[in-house]
Amino acid sequence: MSGLRLWLHFAAVSIKSQAQYPTSAVLLTVGQLLTTVVEIVAVWALFDRFGSVHGWTFAEVAVFYGLVHVMFALSGLCTHAVEGVGTEFLRTGTFDRLLLRPRTVILQLIGHDFRLSRLGRFTQGMIVLVIGAQYVGIEWSLGDVLMMLWAVAGGMALFFGIVVLQGAVSFWTIESLEVANVLTYGGVQAAQYPLSLYNDWLRGVLTFVVPLACVAYYPILTLLDRPDPLGAPAWFGYVAPLAGFVFAALSFIAWRAGVRHYTSAGS
Amino acid sequence: MHALAPYRAAFASRFLLVMQYRSAALAGFVTQCWWGGLKVMILAAFYGASAAPAPITLTQAITYTWLSQGLLTLLPWMSDPEVSAAVRTGGVTYDRLRPVDAYAFWFVRSAGWTAARVIPRAALMLSFAGVVLPLLGLSEWGWQPPADLIAMLGFAASMLLALLLSTAMMMLINIITLATLTDRGAIAMTVPLVITLSGNLLPLALFPDWLQTALLMQPFSGVLDIPVRIYMGNLVGAGVLLGLGLQLFWTVAVIALGRFTMSRALRRLEVQGG
Repeated sequence: MSGLRLWLHFAAVSIKSQAQYPTSAVLLTVGQLLTTVVEIVAVWALFDRFGSVHGWTFAEVAVFYGLVHVMFALSGLCTHAVEGVGTEFLRTGTFDRLLLRPRTVILQLIGHDFRLSRLGRFTQGMIVLVIGAQYVGIEWSLGDVLMMLWAVAGGMALFFGIVVLQGAVSFWTIESLEVANVLTYGGVQAAQYPLSLYNDWLRGVLTFVVPLACVAYYPILTLLDRPDPLGAPAWFGYVAPLAGFVFAALSFIAWRAGVRHYTSAGS
Repeated sequence: MHALAPYRAAFASRFLLVMQYRSAALAGFVTQCWWGGLKVMILAAFYGASAAPAPITLTQAITYTWLSQGLLTLLPWMSDPEVSAAVRTGGVTYDRLRPVDAYAFWFVRSAGWTAARVIPRAALMLSFAGVVLPLLGLSEWGWQPPADLIAMLGFAASMLLALLLSTAMMMLINIITLATLTDRGAIAMTVPLVITLSGNLLPLALFPDWLQTALLMQPFSGVLDIPVRIYMGNLVGAGVLLGLGLQLFWTVAVIALGRFTMSRALRRLEVQGG
């Protein structure tokens, strides 16, 4: 069985198990939708009171917001078990079982818990993105669509990389560190506003350390045809999403070091 | 007093137990500092870019942000894990066998759990945003002291009511868990509601003016917004009494609702496990 087919099979099993609690599954999805809706409500309230911020309008920020949530939701569909590997697999010793199976561990983990509820966040992000783009006046040429897909791919890789890194750290801590939420949820929170709002050190972090700006801010500047207030050249938007893949690749190196370090904690 | 002894013991034992888990508080603290810092930066960008008058100053909005980060675990957005575990494993039968009032017994335990989680986190946040930031010369980004002595006393009273109101709301989630056997759905629904309407997401005063009365009257303002407003001196004089009155009213109402639904849920309880 090829890796993809096996993964699809894993995901199907996970979906079936969630369907055993249909009310809970529906409530979770609606909850995810609501959680993200309230965030855009906060953004709206700020713009309603203050007008605009550093020349950015609500519609433009809505494009940032929508795009970041779409990326995060798509990567979040299958990363839940990687995120919780410390508590759920390492501490209990069930990680040994994954190692014994003749497939890579990551493949088994990303199929382990396919979170349908993330579609709630995806739906909301998509709606905000489309409506925001409408108000901004984006025509959606083929180039624009490809640009967005490229940015989303980079963003998915980046968020996946963050979670893999979080999982890798848990090989040493033997528990899942919630501090990593600073990078995932906190990153989403940070990247839903234009980078130019922040002060220098945070811009540096969001560009060079956890390159969220590379998968959201710079591609959107190119999409909106806006010069960067911070002075990056226009072509940078096209190559910037690559940073997400680089981050993911580095995370995998850390993950492999973690797996090599692993000694069973179970009994 | 003798009749209250079991409840006092349940509160104290839970409080002392949860107090042992200090590293969890530390981990949460780092997250909340980052979160608070981010919010402060975004607020500062909006305030700095606009000449429009705002109902609270940037300094107040910043204090509000740190307070709401410090009091994060006071928000009633999940069930008491001990209760949901009891429901899942069938341990709920032991609770039913105890010669105490079922609602009050769970209520004091949940209150103990919440208080023990809030106090160290709030103290850590205060020491960071109220002491370390000013020492670093960043006092305009820090947690400011209360408006005056009356504000301080009003805040203390309001915090106590906030704990009771929050626990009463948490009891509703406990009861939903009891009836549906899982708390995941209930949590997913309550988190967004509580975050927005309590003021944690954004100080309620910054929402549009036409929403202000409704935002103050709704029950969730009592778990965060009202205490913080009293602290900042945003509610003064009769306003303080109005705020405390609202908190008291909602606490009584939510407890009444909880007692009613719990007695119904217990009547048709199916015990799990074996």
